[in-house]
Amino acid sequence: MTEHAITMRAVNKYYGAFHALVDIDLTVERGERVVICGPSGSGKSTLIRTINQLEAIQSGQIVVDGIALSGGDNVAKVRQEVGMVFQSFNLFPHMTVLENCMLAPMKSRKIPRAEAKATARQYLDRVKIPEQADKYPAQLSGGQQQRVAIARALCMKPRIMLFDEPTSALDPEMVKEVLDTMIDLAREGMTMLCVTHEMEFARAVADRVIFMDKGVIVEENPPEAFFGNPQNERLQNFLGQIA
Amino acid sequence: MIREFSSVDLIFIAMAIRWTLILSVIAFIGGAVGGLALALSRTAHSRALRWLSMSFIQVFQGTPLLMQLFLVYFGLAVLGLPIDPLVAAAVALTLHASAFLGEIWRGAIQAVPQGQSEAATALALSYRDRMRHVVLPQAMRVATAPTVGFLVQLIKGTSLASIIGFTELTRAGQIVNNATFQPFLVFGTVAVLYFILCWPLSLLARRMEARMRLAVTR
Repeated sequence: MTEHAITMRAVNKYYGAFHALVDIDLTVERGERVVICGPSGSGKSTLIRTINQLEAIQSGQIVVDGIALSGGDNVAKVRQEVGMVFQSFNLFPHMTVLENCMLAPMKSRKIPRAEAKATARQYLDRVKIPEQADKYPAQLSGGQQQRVAIARALCMKPRIMLFDEPTSALDPEMVKEVLDTMIDLAREGMTMLCVTHEMEFARAVADRVIFMDKGVIVEENPPEAFFGNPQNERLQNFLGQIA
Repeated sequence: MIREFSSVDLIFIAMAIRWTLILSVIAFIGGAVGGLALALSRTAHSRALRWLSMSFIQVFQGTPLLMQLFLVYFGLAVLGLPIDPLVAAAVALTLHASAFLGEIWRGAIQAVPQGQSEAATALALSYRDRMRHVVLPQAMRVATAPTVGFLVQLIKGTSLASIIGFTELTRAGQIVNNATFQPFLVFGTVAVLYFILCWPLSLLARRMEARMRLAVTR
């Protein structure tokens, strides 16, 4: 395995005059679990959104699963290999849970309906809500909706999963069910990049924790060193605030 | 020679309804195709497309329908094409309907939360699939009531085609009035017929709006 899962080299992103990502260098290995944290506006969401090009970059290079992110065809290929889970779930409200999970495999991967349905049921089973398959998203709790969103992304059989603050919009009692689902996924060896403030999750599954501030990767370390011996003053402040 | 308004006149006027309906249907179908193209262009990534579609909408919303009818009608002659009131009216009303439906549907597309199309994009769905399966079905729910509302405007708007000599409901009324000179009776009848066409649609639009509000608050 010579290839990295994700390589970012000297990536810069601007919103007008605002410099959102500053010379980002980041390598994620296959099977690695990386947690990204930092204050709001630090660029952590922007960073993971450049990996499937929901956000375009102005300079630098991104290679995902051996595919360079440049040109239309490559972007589509990368998106097939990269699943994403959003803070606000973004389930399709006019489709049932099952249809939510079947749409992309059928349209993007051209998988036959019967097979897509079987795969969808399998993943709904894995996120422990097989009985909700025929309901509409609005009939589910927040935690259930987010688990459907995870299943929907997994149905594309991605090699990498991106999580953008997946528990931030949830009521406290629903955070655990979503985190448990993510922990299961991590244990199965999925490559994961996760923007979150759930430090318990970081401690439990992360191989590496990254701290961002003002568009810069300030510090990155395995969880023990990251939490036990933070070097940077801004990180020390940040950990003090969320603890 | 002036004669009395008779059942023959009434039948003549009522028969002209079919031209009002044909014109409305042509303009609505043409306007739906044009309006969808405009709405997609208005929400497109390309700046040129957005600008072009916006200019089209501004021009057709900012000028009277009657002027558009005149320009198309006499424009056909300038282009050396035979002058046909039905063609001229159908083209002008189609352009007019395209502009208004385009603007209504643009608003409906933009009312679908950004996250919906982001999630579809992240799932590797193409622009076409994103629009067809995710964005437009949701936009349609928002757009249905105002679209039916516009259809009522369009049906009433076809009355202007009478001025370029197309014999639809209003022009049929004018013809009968020239012979009978009973304007109150004749145009009263014409107005009632328009009302019978439009009122059920207005009711339908209001019902849809109420159902839409319910769906949103659910």
